[in-house]
Amino acid sequence: MSRLNAKSLAPLLTMVLAGLLLAAPAARAQEEAKTLPFSDNAGNTASVQRGARDFMAYCSGCHSLKYLRYNRIGQDLGISDDQLKQNLIFSGVKVGEPIVTALPAKPAEDWFGRVPPDLSLETKARSPEWVYSYLMGFYLDSTRPFGVNNLFLPNVAMPAVLGELQGWQVKEDEGKAEQEGLPLKLVQPGSLSPEQYQAFVSDLTNFMVYAAEPTAKERTSTGWNVLFYLIFLLLPLTYFLKKEFWRDVH
Amino acid sequence: MAIIRNPYKTTGFLGWIDDRFPLTKLWKDHLSEYYAPKNFNFWYYFGSLALLVLVNQLITGIVLAMAYKPGAETAFDSVQYIMRDVSWGWLIRYMHATGASAFFLVVYLHMFRGILYGSHRKPRELVWIFGALIFLVLMAEGFCGYVLPWGNMSYWGAEVILSLFGTIPYIGHALQIWIQGDFTPADATINRLFSLHVVALPFVLVGLVVAHLIALHEVGSNNPDGVEIKEHKDPVTHIPLDGIGFHPYYTVKDIVGVTVFLILFSAVIFFAPEGGGYVLEKPNFMPANPQVTPDEIAPSWYFCVFYAMLRAVPSFFHSQIWGVLVMFAAIVVLFFLPWLDRSPVKSIRYKGPIFKIAVVIFAADFLMLCYLGMHKPSPLYTLLARLGTIYYFLFFLAMPIYTKIDKTKPVPERVTA
Repeated sequence: MSRLNAKSLAPLLTMVLAGLLLAAPAARAQEEAKTLPFSDNAGNTASVQRGARDFMAYCSGCHSLKYLRYNRIGQDLGISDDQLKQNLIFSGVKVGEPIVTALPAKPAEDWFGRVPPDLSLETKARSPEWVYSYLMGFYLDSTRPFGVNNLFLPNVAMPAVLGELQGWQVKEDEGKAEQEGLPLKLVQPGSLSPEQYQAFVSDLTNFMVYAAEPTAKERTSTGWNVLFYLIFLLLPLTYFLKKEFWRDVH
Repeated sequence: MAIIRNPYKTTGFLGWIDDRFPLTKLWKDHLSEYYAPKNFNFWYYFGSLALLVLVNQLITGIVLAMAYKPGAETAFDSVQYIMRDVSWGWLIRYMHATGASAFFLVVYLHMFRGILYGSHRKPRELVWIFGALIFLVLMAEGFCGYVLPWGNMSYWGAEVILSLFGTIPYIGHALQIWIQGDFTPADATINRLFSLHVVALPFVLVGLVVAHLIALHEVGSNNPDGVEIKEHKDPVTHIPLDGIGFHPYYTVKDIVGVTVFLILFSAVIFFAPEGGGYVLEKPNFMPANPQVTPDEIAPSWYFCVFYAMLRAVPSFFHSQIWGVLVMFAAIVVLFFLPWLDRSPVKSIRYKGPIFKIAVVIFAADFLMLCYLGMHKPSPLYTLLARLGTIYYFLFFLAMPIYTKIDKTKPVPERVTA
């Protein structure tokens, strides 16, 4: 049959749509600094545990995770209440409390120019790659109040808290920048080697990915069960039921 | 005391009910003896799927409203409370958010089906008009719901959409402030949008869906051949020869469609609940902040066709209202579709090449406008959006002419297999 019916419309539409989608992004230029490749893995419990420890040690002095409770971390990552109290809770609050910084907002604004933001949803509001790259992207800049700037958040208000670990970087000229990595050069090593620091930042980012959605693990594991029953039980059942009923339709 | 026995002669408990309430009558009229054409194809799944998604939205919405707290200070926190502390709250919330996108997707496909097979043509004009009203209310419902989580995109989306009222000459500014209840979208705005979202609009929506179905069951379903099955009835039983009972034939068939839909729906909910930033946008993971404008203010993908039109129209006489009028007209024109199509045949199967080409370009145009509405305007994009808008209206307004001069093929007496 040569008639143009709904079936022959579908591939035509797909082609038009594909053409549009392929053509359009090319018209837009990328303006922001390109983030480093990073594949987050909040399912790596050991990494997330290390990230939790490091977040409490280096970040929680200024940043809250106000939507995350200490004992939620404990339940999800297998940390007992006693371990939480000894190793993660520095403010002396109860284990059921959310992670709220002791830093008062008003003085913080006076010191830094803005209140350090809550980081509960940071990896969702930006992306895990962005958080990872941001933590790698500090460099010395004498024009800034804290002497540092950031490739991914120009004129950043935050000092380079992790500078003692990473060491200090300077910005390279545009032309000299290598293809791989960031256009930054380490001029003074920190207490961690570059590889150790990368692992440190990976752990921290993984923890923040976990903190943005503690239910993610439960979500995907539930999802496999749901899909299994839908595909292997409900779909054959309904399909053959339909076939059986429709046998007498001619 | 004597009672008039029901015509179905049912007895026992059902008989007692049927003597007082038309239960068997409703069952027969709308399900077991509602005869639908036997040749429904793929496109006919989206009606029952729309009903499924409506029920999903109502049920998940009721549960969400138990934990959600409207208000500028409480809304964002309460959504995170649902996501983290409420048992299975994350699932309910993802089902509702993904359900909104799914609703528009199935409704758009359902409407496109109507255009393909002439489901809006006589005698189904009111079925179509009730449907267009459902679409209109659904857009209002979608907008109100979008604002409620009070993320930064919610705030700026509300700012943009509510400022459309501000473009009305003379009274616009005062009207906008009256609707918002403040000078910018604020606490008062959330509370009134919450009220509309959970009480007023669902109430209207369900009423319109009932009217849509009553009108449909009065005239009977169209089919991919666009022939009236009621014209060929069995002389004895008076059942259409090409008709089959909606129950059980289409109930069991639609359940297969429902299963396939649920598989795709679950894949999004459990493995990509943010839908690549199209179901839940990145800026909406930051609380509303009147001081920080997101990089790009784009409405949800399902409004982007109309948003592209809004932006495509330049301002004349120091007024922005023209874009708003064009956008509104793009929806109003749908109501006239049953009278714009003058073809002697209903279905695309028997229509001529002009209509076929026009409808393919229309579908591509719709997708293009959707894309343009989601992205930052550039001179090229604005030009494309203008051409796209012109074509959108041309497709409808020139329809009386091109459907009349178009060649058609003979329509069969009975439905084809």
